[in-house]
Amino acid sequence: MSSENRVTINGEAHPLPDDPRVSLLDMLRHNLGLTGTKKGCDHGQCGACTVMVNGVRINSCLTLAVMHDGDEVTTIEGLGTAEEPSALQQAFVDHDAYQCGYCTPGQICSATAMLEEIANGWPSDASENLDGTMKPSAEEIRERMSGNICRCGAYANILAAITEVASGEPA
Amino acid sequence: MSAHLKQDAPVTDNRLDDMKQGVLGTATSRVEGLLKVTGTAPYAAEYPIDGCAEGVLVTSTIAKGEVTAIDEDSVLSMPGVIAVIDHPSLTARPAQGTAGEAPAQPARKVGYFGQPVAVVVAESFEQARDAAKQLKVTYRADDDVAFDPEAVDAEAQDGATSQGDLAHAMKEASASVDVTYRTEGHSSAAMEPHAAIAQWDGDTLTVHASLQMLNYNISELADSLGLDEGKVRLIARYVGGGFGSKLGISEETVAASVAAMRLDRPVRVVMSRQQVLQCIMRRSETRQRFRLAAGADGKLTGFGHEARVSNLPGESFAEPVLQSSHFLYAGENRELSMEVARIHRMTAGSVRAPGEAVGMPALECAMDMLAEELALDPVELRLRNIPEKHPASGLPFSSHKLAECLQQGAEAFGWDSGPRTPRHTREGEWWIGTGMASAARVHNVGEAKARVTLKADGTALVETDMTDIGTGTYTILAQLVGEMLGLPIDDVLVELGDTRHPRGPGSGGSWGAASIGSAAYLACKALRETLAERAGMTETDLALRDGGVVGGASLEELLNGETLVEEGHYEPGDVTDDYTAAGYGAFFARVRVNRFTGETRMEHMLGAFGFGRVLNTRTARSQCIGGMTWSIGAALTEAMLFDPVDGHLANCDLAEYHVPVNRDVPDLDVLFVEERDGVASPIQAKGIGELGMCGGAGAIANAIYNACGARVLDFPMTPDRVLAAMPD
Amino acid sequence: MRPFDYQRADSRDHAGQLTAGEHAQAIAGGTNLLDLMKLQVETPQTLVDINRLGHREIEDRDDGGMWIGALATNTETAVHPRVRSDYPVLARAILAGATQQLRNRATTGGNLCQRTRCYYFTNIDQPCNKREPGSGCGAIEGIAKLHAVLGASSQCIATYPGDMAVAMSALDAQVEIAGADGGTRTVPVRDFHRLPGDTPWKDNVLEPGDLITGVTLPPPVKGRQLYRKVRERSSYAFALCSVAAIVAMDGDTIARADLAFGGLAHKPWHDPEVGQVLIGQKPGADLFNRAADVLLRDARGYGENDFKIPLARRTLAAVLAEATGVEL
Repeated sequence: MSSENRVTINGEAHPLPDDPRVSLLDMLRHNLGLTGTKKGCDHGQCGACTVMVNGVRINSCLTLAVMHDGDEVTTIEGLGTAEEPSALQQAFVDHDAYQCGYCTPGQICSATAMLEEIANGWPSDASENLDGTMKPSAEEIRERMSGNICRCGAYANILAAITEVASGEPA
Repeated sequence: MSAHLKQDAPVTDNRLDDMKQGVLGTATSRVEGLLKVTGTAPYAAEYPIDGCAEGVLVTSTIAKGEVTAIDEDSVLSMPGVIAVIDHPSLTARPAQGTAGEAPAQPARKVGYFGQPVAVVVAESFEQARDAAKQLKVTYRADDDVAFDPEAVDAEAQDGATSQGDLAHAMKEASASVDVTYRTEGHSSAAMEPHAAIAQWDGDTLTVHASLQMLNYNISELADSLGLDEGKVRLIARYVGGGFGSKLGISEETVAASVAAMRLDRPVRVVMSRQQVLQCIMRRSETRQRFRLAAGADGKLTGFGHEARVSNLPGESFAEPVLQSSHFLYAGENRELSMEVARIHRMTAGSVRAPGEAVGMPALECAMDMLAEELALDPVELRLRNIPEKHPASGLPFSSHKLAECLQQGAEAFGWDSGPRTPRHTREGEWWIGTGMASAARVHNVGEAKARVTLKADGTALVETDMTDIGTGTYTILAQLVGEMLGLPIDDVLVELGDTRHPRGPGSGGSWGAASIGSAAYLACKALRETLAERAGMTETDLALRDGGVVGGASLEELLNGETLVEEGHYEPGDVTDDYTAAGYGAFFARVRVNRFTGETRMEHMLGAFGFGRVLNTRTARSQCIGGMTWSIGAALTEAMLFDPVDGHLANCDLAEYHVPVNRDVPDLDVLFVEERDGVASPIQAKGIGELGMCGGAGAIANAIYNACGARVLDFPMTPDRVLAAMPD
Repeated sequence: MRPFDYQRADSRDHAGQLTAGEHAQAIAGGTNLLDLMKLQVETPQTLVDINRLGHREIEDRDDGGMWIGALATNTETAVHPRVRSDYPVLARAILAGATQQLRNRATTGGNLCQRTRCYYFTNIDQPCNKREPGSGCGAIEGIAKLHAVLGASSQCIATYPGDMAVAMSALDAQVEIAGADGGTRTVPVRDFHRLPGDTPWKDNVLEPGDLITGVTLPPPVKGRQLYRKVRERSSYAFALCSVAAIVAMDGDTIARADLAFGGLAHKPWHDPEVGQVLIGQKPGADLFNRAADVLLRDARGYGENDFKIPLARRTLAAVLAEATGVEL
């Protein structure tokens, strides 16, 4: 099999599914057993399935696996482990930035990419100015994390966890 | 051995305060936290099971009637399709919380649009999903079908209160309010869709499911299938949110089980998000009339709360909107009554804080209007009307921290007790205002068993079929057992969510922590008796810390190679009949309302709560901010929209059913008011999962009025409604 | 989702051939199409992946305008330095829509073709003339909160749900379309979307085999550029009403007023007469009201969406006040 028909997930190459209807999300969860990426709505309306494709966060439910040959996908399993959690993963634990935990991997994948977007100077709907340096203010983080629904209502703690990592200081 | 307590009297010895480990009541991180943040905590649909087939539910396209034919041939030739299951055991509705018996069967009899009627099983999810849409189902639709709760006669509910002469009190009052509020239906919309994987070995059924109350669910499932409970095992180690929607078994659990038994292979059924919204419990819409009468001294002389809610025919549940109205405020002339309209929307049942979630906000808006009539600070109005005892039954309160919550909350928030004229503050396009409300939620407990094993190595194991739906059960049990046995929490392993373990109370009605905590407490107390005996002292003198007697032998030494096992068994007793027990609190909110568009944005919200012993300040705070976030949804965005023609739920997804997003939630502050309530439970704790939304939406509504002068009488207060009520 | 044949187009001509068939559809970001395919609202038999065709460039044009490739993602457009500085209304509109995750996949062409969020269109168990011609309109007698108050027909009262195209309409951008015959034509964004009339299933002027290759933005103009979106949540919600405005002052009178509205109609609503009311006049409440009178002269509500008529008036006033610096 050529590399053209493979997608790399957390550094490991996998063949694409035969059925083109398989979403990237269902490929992860059903075909590969990478169930850290969650299905909350299957229609891009909740963010629980957020992964990074070539470094950019997307809803893995709204893309077909077959469209991703040659792409590099990073899921929650690729960000850290219980033994070696990422800074955001640890901050989510420290700030109780979850309750049931179902939206959590999507929140963390999203936040990981989001901090990169701020560093790259991408503006958001909350940005007063479209140009210049972007700051991880509370309002910016809230807007930029609004694509990840948490029904338990942990948003205030999610903000605190991300703020701690963004600022490098305990929030 | 077992340690049993049926609580017939208050337990006021506050023994947990005597313990030495110092882990209970602290801000301890969740013990399962690293599993959740790394995506390795397995939820119901995520167990790798060889040969698992995929089932997808087929849902009805009529609201009332009957399936007359299912054309299996329309899909059986499709690639991968294994079977169409249309079995009399399939259930038509979810079971109500604590039902303990099969919900309505068969699924062929249709009671609401979107009801599951069959399940299509295929080799892959993609095949099953398509086939379920392609399946041809023929119906006989009934004509006599009602969708509008206002257009039908309603049945009066038992439990009405009629005391004195409210009409006369209204007439004589110095100030009075007679107002009707309406609230729209809510969906729990837990993030994990309802899911089950069923395995049948020819004798025993094992089901991984997303459920809150395995102790009842096992009976519900066994009864649905005609199986002996001993032949059913339910597992729910991680549950992606419940909020009432997973109290009883739903259609997917039975469908997966029936399919697995008939096909003799494992079957997974996961509801789509649209199906979750269409067939899982809704919170009923409500219409609530308030009549409040007060003297010039601001004391209530009359209190009326009459409500209409709805449900399907045959359902006993009625959104208990009067629940806290019965005892929250004084007023000797009282009329409280409720009626239920029978309509064909999906089953109405428990959604986080059933009753108070919508009853309290409406009441607290009416109280705000009364305060305005009296020209009295709304905080002061509440303080003047806290009754000494239950105003109808005369029962004493177990413990009552409303006044403290109001006072401490007002101070922390910086509440201005001066005159409250709307539109006092403007910033550009925005009016800014504040509002407050009381919080109240009845306290419940349930029978609970937990087994605590003290192993020879001096570590402990806790086992119960209790669930942790995000509430923190794993952690508070580790803390409580660690506190009692003098162990760091790393030395306490908690295993939940498996019916092979002793029966817990289930997670629901905010009763989990107090009930299962009490069972674990009783088991630990019995273990302490044995340890004390071995240490040559009384249990009350036994001080345990860090794996041993303080200044004495280690647990390992005391155990001497033995393993000790105790099962704690807690039962609610007569004490529940002797007292009125509830959690109390106060909400304070600051909002901005756009002068042009009527959009409301939250600025700040504070909640002060008294709910007995706080077991873990971090997870308890999370429960509170979760409830306050739901308050924001109830106040501003959440509404189920039903089609008037065929009764289907129009906004059946998360794009159009608007739960709050991150940007909707402002800085939230939570204040705990110290309390020990010995009536509530032997560990002096009450529930906290629901109190945070019992009135909060009222504080926001009152802040909208204070900001812009729009007295909106319908929840949620979307821009269209705010604009319609906004004075020029 | 129905089974389909997945094809990857390797050239524009190839794509044109593949998508010319009756049951073929092109997929780019897929954020709207896959959503609808899962619901079986869209049931293509051939799905043509056009993501490797290029057309992703965002470039300056000789006349000072810009070219936004059809496959540029919404994010790429919104964060482009020149879009931010010279076409802020476009950057703002894109950022007001959806979420970062969706904007990272959604493309210019796909977003122009975004289909309505009407509850009846997205539910195959309901009547909808747009989805199934002749089946009726469930919204007119049903839940019409999202629906149109301008330009609707007895067949369909759906709205176009997007934000980006509303800003492009205000900017008078041009859509470049490659036809199946190999030719290329240009259609103003203002004419790209259609009103429902008696053919509500046709959202826009695209014919089978047509592919959008990109959008041309005219040279930037002086003036304030604003995008205001009114929605039920603070984020991640479709517009109840939105206004894209490019307003320039000459002394104390309005010199330019290019306005387009979202959430009100089957297309981004642009009515040149609204701007004509404003131009040459001193800004103020009365003037803004007169502009709203013109905008809403034929407005009609369907019960639940009646509120959009006063809301559009008030939102227009708020935007014009902000743009002209007038205190209302």
